[in-house]
Amino acid sequence: MHLPISDKIELNILHQNSHQAEKNKVKFNNYNLLCLNIMSSPGAGKTRLLEITLEDLSKKFHSAVLEGDMTTNLDAARLEKLNIPVVPITTGRACHLDANMVSGGLKLLEKKINPDLLDILLVENVGNLVCPAEFEIGEHFKVALLSITEGEDKPLKYPIMFREADLILITKVDLLPHLNFDINELKSNIASTNPKADVIEISSITKSGFDLWKNWISKMILKFKNN
Amino acid sequence: MHEVDMTKCLILSMEEWAEKKNKKKIVVEKINLKIGEFTCVEPISLINTFNAAVLGSWLDSSEITIETIPFEGKCSKCNRLYFPKKENGYKSPCCNFNLEEIISGRELKIASIDFKEK
Repeated sequence: MHLPISDKIELNILHQNSHQAEKNKVKFNNYNLLCLNIMSSPGAGKTRLLEITLEDLSKKFHSAVLEGDMTTNLDAARLEKLNIPVVPITTGRACHLDANMVSGGLKLLEKKINPDLLDILLVENVGNLVCPAEFEIGEHFKVALLSITEGEDKPLKYPIMFREADLILITKVDLLPHLNFDINELKSNIASTNPKADVIEISSITKSGFDLWKNWISKMILKFKNN
Repeated sequence: MHEVDMTKCLILSMEEWAEKKNKKKIVVEKINLKIGEFTCVEPISLINTFNAAVLGSWLDSSEITIETIPFEGKCSKCNRLYFPKKENGYKSPCCNFNLEEIISGRELKIASIDFKEK
């Protein structure tokens, strides 16, 4: 045996994932396809948000969905009713999507449609406020949902998720009159964690805020395509 | 649970590194990590997961060490550095400003690998 050698490599632990995420992003860019990573806790309303959004958005932009779920295809089945390409990604025991899973999902999507024909790919991540925040998938923007039934303190308790998000959607705001909930405190906690994030209040029941959200998406698609 | 996936990434990075060194001719003694306080990683969980994952593998005798990197922000009003605390919403204690710039604490790094040649 020789004397120990120390190799200073300074390499990101998630380098393997980041490397695949970069490859995914290159593919999205080559397809001129904007990719959004939609994240939240379970039950915050991601799938319902996509159902309502895509009903309208798919008339204006060619859209597709990669639908992450731990054990079922239930959410994918809901979105398939909108007659858009949907690829379910069942993660098994993993509590988030990673770049390899998204790469696999993209390959399956390529069999359904030529991605050159698409404008936007919405990736619904697995419901979880911890893990998805650390695993890049090659997205252009991260969108985090936070429903008001989860409490005002969640941006402070799960700061990485809300720090990483480009846009935060406060969902289920139709319930505000029925709850002892301080939306200003929530907004202040969001601003503390991520002062640069855009914030939109939204309700899947009254449809309030959907115009702002759809305008945000349209603006991002056009900006992306013009770059 | 994500420590399992982080461990998977860590082992894959180690495989990639070892291939360049001629894996069969080296013994890894320590993998020295730098983990920021403002990450989703619980150091003890990462160590336990790693130890379980490498049992019986070429990394079986290797040890993980973790240097914790403090979470440090910079006040965007007066440029002073500070340690953000969730109890006061990560705001700067000097000017009570929201956390805009993170100086450190997001690290998830393999800093160095200590190994011996057989």
